[in-house]
Amino acid sequence: MRLIYFAWVRERIGKPEEDVELPSGIETVGDLLRWLKSRGEEYENALQYPDVIRVAINQEHVGHREKIAGAREIALFPPMTGG
Amino acid sequence: MAGAVVPAIRIQREDFDVAAEIAGLTKGRADIGAVVTFSGLCRDEQGALSALELEHYPGMAEAEIGRIAAQALERWPLQGLTVIHRHGKIAPGENIVLVVAASSHRQAAFEAANFLMDYLKSRAPFWKKEHLADGTQGGWVEAKEADDEAADRWKTSGR
Repeated sequence: MRLIYFAWVRERIGKPEEDVELPSGIETVGDLLRWLKSRGEEYENALQYPDVIRVAINQEHVGHREKIAGAREIALFPPMTGG
Repeated sequence: MAGAVVPAIRIQREDFDVAAEIAGLTKGRADIGAVVTFSGLCRDEQGALSALELEHYPGMAEAEIGRIAAQALERWPLQGLTVIHRHGKIAPGENIVLVVAASSHRQAAFEAANFLMDYLKSRAPFWKKEHLADGTQGGWVEAKEADDEAADRWKTSGR
């Protein structure tokens, strides 16, 4: 599964994207954020406040309770500031 | 008729020409009675800012603006709709975003343009980073709660 990061999430994690193999038991977006946060200092730093992290699965916004089964691409980013 | 309108959505680095975009929607037509345009520009924040750098999520930016535009077309009787959002480094005074809404009557065009901007701000995947006039790199612009509230008000009114 491909993970993509934007803005300060990308800067703190230190890479724009990566492919990951998820351990079993990771079913929802919230599970994914908790697991990522445990992967090292840079992830801990980026995901310190998981509630503010916005998530898109296959380029559509989803909530943290959304199931991630079938996702090809999951993007993590801060609240948007376009317009 | 509203179902037949295909919105023009462009995500681009280059600037846009507001007059040309209006002409693109109205040329050769006699049924449009109102065109509302909104342009968003980069401010210099009292001289503190040298540029904004807009990062975006390619693919999703087009898709999400398309979903927002589809909602606007469903909700208001529009005859044409153009949305352009720039990315990359943008200097103070330059354009960032454009919405052009065309309709028979002004109210639909005003409301649709307003709705689109409120939703673009809180749902289109773009992020602004500041470059400061003293040469240092500023931070990421923080999302404003007021922008979320502005988008939320469309959920309860007008339906």
